[in-house]
Order: sequence, then structure tokens, then C-alpha cells
Amino acid sequence: MTVEHLQDEQIAPVDQADTSDSSVPAKRTLKRVRPREFKPSDVLILFISALSSYSIVWILFDQLTLLNGALGFVVIWIPLFLFMYWVVNRQLFTRQVAIDRVIGSIVTLGAGLMMLPLVMLTIFVVQKGLPQMSWHVLTSTQEGVVYTGAGKHNIGGVGHAIVGTLEQVALAALFGIPAAVLTAVFINEVGGRFTKSVRVIVTAMSGTPAIVAGVFIYSIWVTKFSYSGFAGALALAVILLPTVTRGTEEVLKVVHNDLREASMALAAPEWRTVWSVVLPTARSGLLTSILLGVAVSIGETAPLIMTIFGNQVMNLNVFKGPQMALSLLSYKQIKLPIQSQIDLGYTAALVLFVMVFVVFIAARLLSNGLGRRKGSSSRRSVLSFVRWTPGSSLAPAQPPVGIDIEQTEYEIEEGT
Amino acid sequence: MTLLENQSPSLVKPITITTKRSPQDRLFRGIAKGAGFGTFIILFLIGLFLLLKSLPAFESQGIGFLTNTGWQTTGEHPKFGVLSALSGSMVISVIALVVAIPVSIACALFINEYAPDKVMGFVPVKNFLTAAVDLMAAVPSIIYGMWGFFVLQPKMTGMETWLSAHLGFIPLFKNKTGIYTSSFLICGVIVGIMCMPIITSLCREVFSLTPNGEREGAMSLGASRARVIRDVVFPFAKGGMVGSIMLGLGRALGEAIAVAIIISYAFPVNFNVTQAGGGSIAALIALQWGSGGPLGVSALLAAGLVLFIITLAINMVASRIVNSSKAARR
Repeated sequence: MTVEHLQDEQIAPVDQADTSDSSVPAKRTLKRVRPREFKPSDVLILFISALSSYSIVWILFDQLTLLNGALGFVVIWIPLFLFMYWVVNRQLFTRQVAIDRVIGSIVTLGAGLMMLPLVMLTIFVVQKGLPQMSWHVLTSTQEGVVYTGAGKHNIGGVGHAIVGTLEQVALAALFGIPAAVLTAVFINEVGGRFTKSVRVIVTAMSGTPAIVAGVFIYSIWVTKFSYSGFAGALALAVILLPTVTRGTEEVLKVVHNDLREASMALAAPEWRTVWSVVLPTARSGLLTSILLGVAVSIGETAPLIMTIFGNQVMNLNVFKGPQMALSLLSYKQIKLPIQSQIDLGYTAALVLFVMVFVVFIAARLLSNGLGRRKGSSSRRSVLSFVRWTPGSSLAPAQPPVGIDIEQTEYEIEEGT
Repeated sequence: MTLLENQSPSLVKPITITTKRSPQDRLFRGIAKGAGFGTFIILFLIGLFLLLKSLPAFESQGIGFLTNTGWQTTGEHPKFGVLSALSGSMVISVIALVVAIPVSIACALFINEYAPDKVMGFVPVKNFLTAAVDLMAAVPSIIYGMWGFFVLQPKMTGMETWLSAHLGFIPLFKNKTGIYTSSFLICGVIVGIMCMPIITSLCREVFSLTPNGEREGAMSLGASRARVIRDVVFPFAKGGMVGSIMLGLGRALGEAIAVAIIISYAFPVNFNVTQAGGGSIAALIALQWGSGGPLGVSALLAAGLVLFIITLAINMVASRIVNSSKAARR
């Protein structure tokens, strides 16, 4: 806490003319400058710098050179704003403050630029996908679709793709998740000479392009059997495995060693320690990493091209015959030259996006649960919100800092 | 004490305690080890099967598979190679990294160093940004591709025209055809946006491993946050940053769908980034799948093998760098 308060202080000499007594030399006091402190006046400085640089660019760009294009405008505006902001802060405060503020603006801009595509993307998908969304589109297939018509009922639906995606992802999770959790347990709990190399392999595998997983399953499975949803599930499992392994490994690392030792002191065998103590303690984090892996694998398109092939009709049997998936349907539809068919692709993309989003939100909620269990320092207890009146006899010298009491439940059965 | 001293030397020898693992434990360890080795096996199988199935293509073309540019897999004299696709992959990845690196590092720094936990008391900026970055990593590539094609492309042709008109003396920006859509530059920007979340989350992790003692020491000496970043965070995170950028490069090289949607595939080697036409290995596989007969499939598997080897090499090096830098911090 104390460090938080003391850091970032620059001490700048400020001359204070002493008017009352001229014989005494001007007293020099030290004024503290804290770049981290952002007062209302600083907001004003920021705003005015932005506005004035905007005006200058507007004059230069729109009035003098008659250029146009929002992109070019922004490209000139940003450096000019940074320069102006630097100059103003340099004049008002110190060089350090100016640099810190400018770096802060650059970094904030970076975060903003990062969010921009996500926001635009979400708006785009919802805007394009929502108008033709209906129960009929969600439940019907593309069987007997007439491509030329513009009517409401012959554009087809995405029902077969929803079924395909759900079946393939479920199967992929069935294969991939146990293998991934076991691999993470191997790296973190069992160990051995190969731990490090397995970790490197897993990281390298998580970077293997999805399309390589697709051609691999094609060469090992599809050439012998044929296109099927099962082949797609295998490809998705190959993609899921390293993602979930890495997440699980991180979560297992967080489990306190005391718990393992306590379990072993009670003579629990190793598998029992992992099964009854380590994994339950890491439960919510485990679910988070699993759900994140599932969210990624729902959206994969490339490996499905060469494994499930895609079809137009409902195929409930995941083991036989080509299937469709939402991502693949969307990919195929938007390449067609007919607007109503492209619209169907948008709808499929929207359904896909919603599915990914729901799984993702579930994962985040669970990980917040993990934060509470771990009693992380960023969470404050209710006590810290109680206001204490200074001077009152009840008030302690220091306001209470939030304390989270860690409570971890675990049980070891007797006689194992 | 005396009892011990009176004993014969052979009995004083310290007892070595050995735990004999129960059969269940040995089974458990065996299964876990099996899963660990499973990753080795999968990786080995990927290489083996791709090699086996791509042999016809290599036999047909020999070393020419790496130096030819066309893609003629049927007919009397098939002639095909991945040179143009390989160079296209490189061009797209370089553009992607140029776009992604500054934004990702800035965003990671913002989350780690500058972002307040709560803005105005209730907006959890830090948690929100972290979640948003993770969500960006989970957004399907097909959606990025669609967005790039229908939204970003019309916005970018103006800039491409400007680049070609004013910086056309640099061969890179020259546009000979006058068609600005479906170019490398648009693909590169989209792939860059797709790399951003990966690089950001890895960089953030590396930045957060900066030892607190050094950070607080610098602050107590009066360093501002900017100075702390320059003099403490960056020197410590250098290796990890390089590693995470390389992992981003691996992702950029392997991106298929977004590139396949945007690019108009062309086989000559092309370095004019503002011009329509080009390709990448992953997009080649995605677009050519199902055409070109048995030899065509074999050729695509061979292209997949090339992609696999390149990304594997990059990722191995990168994960080694990241892991070693992590180990050094902890």
C-alpha cells in the first residue's frame, strides 16, 4: 500500500517569491508531481490537446489540401495530438510527466485499437444476421433449396449445420478433454524426465495450423473410411487437446502444495490425491479452460472442409456420411453470388457467434468463481466499504483492509 | 546415543526409505504418462501420414515442388509447386506482424501497467479488457474473414490507392493492375487483427512476471510508469516478447479461411502488396480442396506438410524461448 502511495513522485523546485519580507531570500519549496494523479484539470488538458490538434488537422486536411478519407485523417491526427499533449504537459509540469502522459496515451490508444475490431465485428454480425433470423431458418435444412427465388421460404435453413456442429464438438470434447486433462496432470503432478519436452510439444501443437489438423485426419482417417462428422470431431479434438492442456496446466499450478502434502500425509495414494484433492480444488479453473477450448473449436472452419465435407440435408448420424457445420455452411454460402444465400451465411455466422459467446461467458463466470475461492487480493470484502468516521471511538487507526478467508473444501476417505 | 555407538557399523547405516507404489498408483501414473506421450505420438503421426500421402506429389515434382509456381496437377505433364504460396504466406505474415506487434504490446502494457482496476469506482476496465482479448481469440476465423471482406476491404482500398499513387516508386506498393481489392495488404491486416489477441495475452503474461521488487525499487527512486516500462519491464520481458511474437507468426502463417475469403488466388510470385491476387499455403489448401484429381490431393497434403514443418519449427523455438524466460523469472 505504501509503495502505491509513494511511487511516481517527482520533486520539482518551485520558486515562491516572498513578498512580505524582501530581505529574506526567496523560499524554495518542493512541489510534488505525480503523473499518476489525474485531476479534472488534466482531463481538460487532454481534451483541449485533442480538440486543437483535431482542428489543425481539419484545416490542413480538409481546407488546404482538399484530401479526404477518414483513415488518412486519423493517421495525421494521432501523432499531432501526441506531440501537442507532450508540449502542454512539458510546459505545465516536468519532462517526466510529459513522457509518462504521452506513453500512457499511446498505450491507451493501443487498447482502443484492439477493441475496435471486436466491436465492429459484433455489430456487423448482428446487423447482417439478425434480419432473416427466424424459427423456420433455425430448424429447416437446405434440402431442395431453389437458388433463384427471392421468396421467404426457399432460402433454406441452418438446422442441419447446428446439429452437425453440436454433435462434432461434443464428440471432440469427449475425446479431447480427458486426454488433455491427463496430459496436464502428467506435466504437473506425475512429472518425470520428459515433462519439459511434453510441455514444449504441447505449446508447439497449440500453434499448429487448424488446417494441418484437417489434412492429417484426412490422410489418416478419411482416405480409409470416408467423409463423416466423426472425422471432423477427430480433427477438432486434435485442435482442442493442446489448448485445454495448456489452460489446465496453468490452473493445476495454482493449487497449493499444502493440500497435496496434507493428502499424502493421510496416506492417500497419488491417484486419490489428484482425483479427490487437486482436481476438485481446481474445479472452476478446469471448467474455464475446458470451455475456452470448446469455444475455440466450435468456430474452426478449415479442418472441416476436408473431414466432414458438408451437405445440404439433415444427417443425424455422426459416423456415416458427410455432415454440415455452421462455420462451413457460412464459408460456403458467402462465396455464392446470390444475395439470399449470402444472407443465410450471415445467419449461420450469427448463430455460431452466439454459441461461441455463450460458452465464453460461461467460462468467464466460472473463472470469476475461481477468483473468489482463491481469495485473490483484488477482491475486497464487504468490510472495506464500511465508512469509518475519524475521531470516533469505534474507528480503528487504520481503515480495515479487505480480508478474504480462504476456504477450500476437500475430503479424503478413510482406508485408501 | 550410546546404543547407536555400540552397534556394529553395518547397522548404523542410514535406512533408505522407499515407497512402493500401489498397483492403482502405477496404473494411474501409466495412464498419465501415456497421455503425455500421446502428444508426441500425435505429432509424430501428423508428420508421418502427411509425408506418406504426399509422396506421389514429391515423386512427380522432386525438388521442383518447392521451386515451381504453378498448380497444374492433372493432364500429361503435371507441374506444380508451393513457391508462390510460400512467398505469399511470408508476405501476409510480415504485414500481419507489422500491424499486430505495436497494437498488441501497447494493449498488453495498458492492461498491465496503466489500466486502473476500476474506473469511476465501478467499471472494471482491467478485467473487461482481459476478457475482451480472450473473446477476440475465440471469435471464429470465418467471422473475421467475412468482416474483412465486406467491411474492411471497402475502407482500405482508398488507402491502397494513395499508397500506390504516392509511394509507388517503392516496388512493394506499386499496383500494376489498377485493382485494389483482394490484395495482400487487406489479408495481412485481417490476419494481423487475428494475431493480436494471442500476442497480447502472451505479452501480458510475460509483463506480469516482472519481479515486483525491481518494479517497486524503480518507483521508489522516482521513476514514472513510462520509465518503469522502459527500464524494468522491457529488459525482463525481452525474451518472452520475442517468443510471443513468434507464436503470433505461427498463427499468421497458418491462417486459412480469412485469407481464402479475401484473396483472389493467383499463382505467380507477387510482392506488390496493394495489388489484387496472391495466395498462401493454408488458403491454397482450403481453396483447392476437392479439385485436381488424386495427384492434386497429394500435392495439397504435401503443401500441408510444408506448412506443418515451418510452423512446428517456429513454434518449437518460440515455446522454448517463452518457457525459458518464464523459468528464469520464477
